[in-house]
Amino acid sequence: MPTVELRFAALNGHVRTARMIATAVSRRAGVPAGAADEIKLAVTEACARAVRVNRRHAPQAPVRVALTDAPDSFTVTVADCGRTGDEVAPGPDGGLVAASALLDLEPESVDPPWWSEPESTGADADEDSGGFPPGLGLALIEGLVDEVEISRGPDGVGTVVAMTWHTAHEGISFEPVAR
Amino acid sequence: MDLSLTTRQEGNHTVVVVGGEIDVYTAPKLREQLIDLVSGGSYHLVVDMEGVEFLDSTGLGVLVGGLKRVRAHEGSLRLVCTQERILKIFRITGLTKVFPIHSSIEDALAAHE
Repeated sequence: MPTVELRFAALNGHVRTARMIATAVSRRAGVPAGAADEIKLAVTEACARAVRVNRRHAPQAPVRVALTDAPDSFTVTVADCGRTGDEVAPGPDGGLVAASALLDLEPESVDPPWWSEPESTGADADEDSGGFPPGLGLALIEGLVDEVEISRGPDGVGTVVAMTWHTAHEGISFEPVAR
Repeated sequence: MDLSLTTRQEGNHTVVVVGGEIDVYTAPKLREQLIDLVSGGSYHLVVDMEGVEFLDSTGLGVLVGGLKRVRAHEGSLRLVCTQERILKIFRITGLTKVFPIHSSIEDALAAHE
């Protein structure tokens, strides 16, 4: 049973709403200060991704967020109503591609296919991530969260991104491990 | 909006001071500003991130887009940032290798290509 649940219309303006709520709930959960910034960013990335997915496939469907404060962990799940596998950048072994691999910015290399033209405008302007691959949000989450699980939504609809931070026993560091 | 932007000229550089939160909702405003500057012939930009309280991947994308635009005109885009929570995001994404990041506007303006 989640501690707090939130449903919000698939609007970019309410990603911040979800972020504010996650901040408040994590504070109540006693999550250390260092992890709070990571939680804010990870929840933002997951919610922004869910908004994009819902707007594309199920614009009337809300994004569903559940936050659970457990004795040893803090978990946030974000569920969308898109197609399974939307905006997941699979790595060679099925895992997520690292952010650094998604950002192929060496001057001498040819622009990766996902790099949009600087002048792109029009109907996709709202979804324009500035030429970033959609999978970057998830790759960023991987760098911020202790455990990430991506699974099919209930009734096979959409995707659930579950992010878990292990909460303090004395001596456990929350500094991200260099990867 | 939750984002503030001010610009000023410093020699042949344009300094863009950003305040507040750069996320999926506010990033388009920064994107518009960078596009306007480049369209207006400003190709050497210094983006001051010291007042930025939050930055997500959309914001990173806008900055990378800005970098691409100025590079198309042999320009430069430098960042000013000493906040660890923001620097961490650039580090995780490997973007510290892409953006010159300075600890002050003076440093950024004094740097040579």
